[in-house]
Amino acid sequence: MLAAAAGHAAEPVRIASKNSNESYLLSEIAAQLLESKGVAVERRFGLGGTLIAFDALVAGEIDLYMEYTGTLSQAILKLGHEASREAMNRRLEGDGLRLLRPFGFNNTYAIAVRRGQAQALGLARIGDLAGHPALKLVFSHEFLEREDGWPGLKRAYGLPLRATGIEHALAYQAIAAGSVDVTDAYSTDGELLRHDLVLLEDDRNFFPQYLAAPLVRADVGAAVIEALETLGDSLDDGAAQALNAAVVVDGLSFAEVAAGFLAERGLAAGAVVAAGGDDLWRSLAANTVQHLKLTLTALGAAVAVGLLLSLLIFRRAVAARLVVYFCGLLQTVPSIALLALMIPLFGIGAAPAVVALFLYSLLPVVRNTVTALTTIDPSLLRVADAMGLSRREQIRHVYLPLSMPSVLAGIRTAAVINIGTATLAAFIGAGGLGDPIVTGLALNDVAFILQGAVPAALLAIATELAFEGVERVAVPGHLRAR
Amino acid sequence: MTLAAEAVQFDGVAKAFAGAPVLDGVNLSFPTGLTTAVVGESGSGKTTLLQLINGVLRPDAGQVRVFGEAVPCQGVEPFRRRIGYAVQGAGLFPHLTNRQNVVLLAQLEGWTQDAIQARYAELLAEMDLPEEVSGRYPHQLSGGQQQRVGLCRALMLKPGLLLLDEPFSAVDPITRVGIYERFEFVQRHEGVSTVLVTHDVREAVRLGDRLVILRSGRVIRSGPTDAVVSDPGDAYVEQLVNQQL
Repeated sequence: MLAAAAGHAAEPVRIASKNSNESYLLSEIAAQLLESKGVAVERRFGLGGTLIAFDALVAGEIDLYMEYTGTLSQAILKLGHEASREAMNRRLEGDGLRLLRPFGFNNTYAIAVRRGQAQALGLARIGDLAGHPALKLVFSHEFLEREDGWPGLKRAYGLPLRATGIEHALAYQAIAAGSVDVTDAYSTDGELLRHDLVLLEDDRNFFPQYLAAPLVRADVGAAVIEALETLGDSLDDGAAQALNAAVVVDGLSFAEVAAGFLAERGLAAGAVVAAGGDDLWRSLAANTVQHLKLTLTALGAAVAVGLLLSLLIFRRAVAARLVVYFCGLLQTVPSIALLALMIPLFGIGAAPAVVALFLYSLLPVVRNTVTALTTIDPSLLRVADAMGLSRREQIRHVYLPLSMPSVLAGIRTAAVINIGTATLAAFIGAGGLGDPIVTGLALNDVAFILQGAVPAALLAIATELAFEGVERVAVPGHLRAR
Repeated sequence: MTLAAEAVQFDGVAKAFAGAPVLDGVNLSFPTGLTTAVVGESGSGKTTLLQLINGVLRPDAGQVRVFGEAVPCQGVEPFRRRIGYAVQGAGLFPHLTNRQNVVLLAQLEGWTQDAIQARYAELLAEMDLPEEVSGRYPHQLSGGQQQRVGLCRALMLKPGLLLLDEPFSAVDPITRVGIYERFEFVQRHEGVSTVLVTHDVREAVRLGDRLVILRSGRVIRSGPTDAVVSDPGDAYVEQLVNQQL
């Protein structure tokens, strides 16, 4: 036991965050606090949602992240409306987890509208929405599904309205631009100040409390838990909103805001603000290299497995159809869901991302290869047989070269899909060009998003051009797809 | 190849598809060094006969021997490589140049580059094909040229036996006469025993040293071409032979 505890202490504490700016900020505060106590820390920020972060914690891939009491009791533990921290901790014990003291502020769900429109329509309480069926409602996907979100709210207030889903960070732009009227917000979001939005009063007390608190693995060590407990009751609602606004409105970095906060409260005097790796080109290059690593590894594996599989099955019509159907089924799984499904098997980071990308690449490779192999002119195959070419020689000299244009087209499709889908891999901590996109979404910062989106688009174009080159070398002109 | 008087020997060969007999009690011999033309309408079983010789099909009864050797059941590829094969429309591989089509088997057999080039040049000359066709692809040649490239491919490994499945029927009549001449010259020069399957009696009489007339899976007449033409001995054969006059 002692040896295990000592061994564990030598490992850095892996701190994760979800992909909201508040989650980044609170995790950064925790990270700097621990660093000031001499604890080594590894940051794995920007995980794509509650499910992914919680699964990663249970699987031991991370040691802690910031969770909200309402989310934990209702969405994760299914304990209902107002479970106490003691009640939640009793349930968490079995998984070896513990919820520490909350920061103090209540970042509950809230319903936001433009100030001007609220005044014009006389909207003050959530119930007032019922009288305006023409209003356009969009909610974040998570809010739309959760029992403590739209379905429950709609029942509690008897609202006859319809709503559609949107990525949370985009909802603010949409409502500010006037293309939608009502959205869900977190009550301490900095964007509320930026876009001059007001919150409708929850006069029926539908929304439970969402107190942010560190959710940790109990085996993270007593010293770490003791240090994190000092963050309890350190932030009220106004202070939390001000810190969030410092990031999303004033454009300060998480590291700067966190360091300022810790110094001001005397929690970690003289916390060092890392320069934050502000070198744009260096981070761009690192992200691009990581992105290429993810996509090329997945693509290489998919080509090898896909070709082999196709060669094994193409002569058996039933098997071939089953395999193509199965690969197609894999592609209908939404990418973020597939990534989440990988966590229990492969943890978080590059490995599950590569596996997910590999599964996505299989369909274009297998379908194109099987189709090409089964549609070769049968008279040529009779000649090959009668000439005395063995099975292997027929594959090498007849089947594969004649299938090459279609096989290459399949690989090309897989490569381009991969480059796009790999940007989502940042949600499970795999890095790559998705990193600035996820950060940009959390900060509602278009410049950040473009740092990932533009190179990803350029990579996709470069891939297309590279494949045209390969095709020119590998396939005679008259056999090329037009 | 062993020295056998017969290039191909059929003894009591029968073959049926889904219960319907295609060949029935066929006894035939194809002499070494000669061209035997097998004539019949479509459905007469002549393609089946060819496929029994190179082991693509197996007889239900009886035996087929090639130069005295039974068609092997296992490891049939080396056996097939001793048999040249050319088909209607040439069947050239579209992704290979004409030269690559011709020399593919020799490369797989591990011939040296010099040996390959020497044999290739010899065949081009015999078939009266210009060197320019070498780097081109099959679709860039006329039908007659493709057919000659197909014959070069069939002959590349100097086979003792050549199987031709209606190889000239897709070529226009004027070109065809030129190819006949080349073929006769090459066949004698190479000394290759040939089985030519065709529905065209004129072609059979023109190229065949011997004729075999097939009808509904049975041999109804076989013998030296002159003998068959002058003495059909059967109303169907007589009608067939008269078509070419």
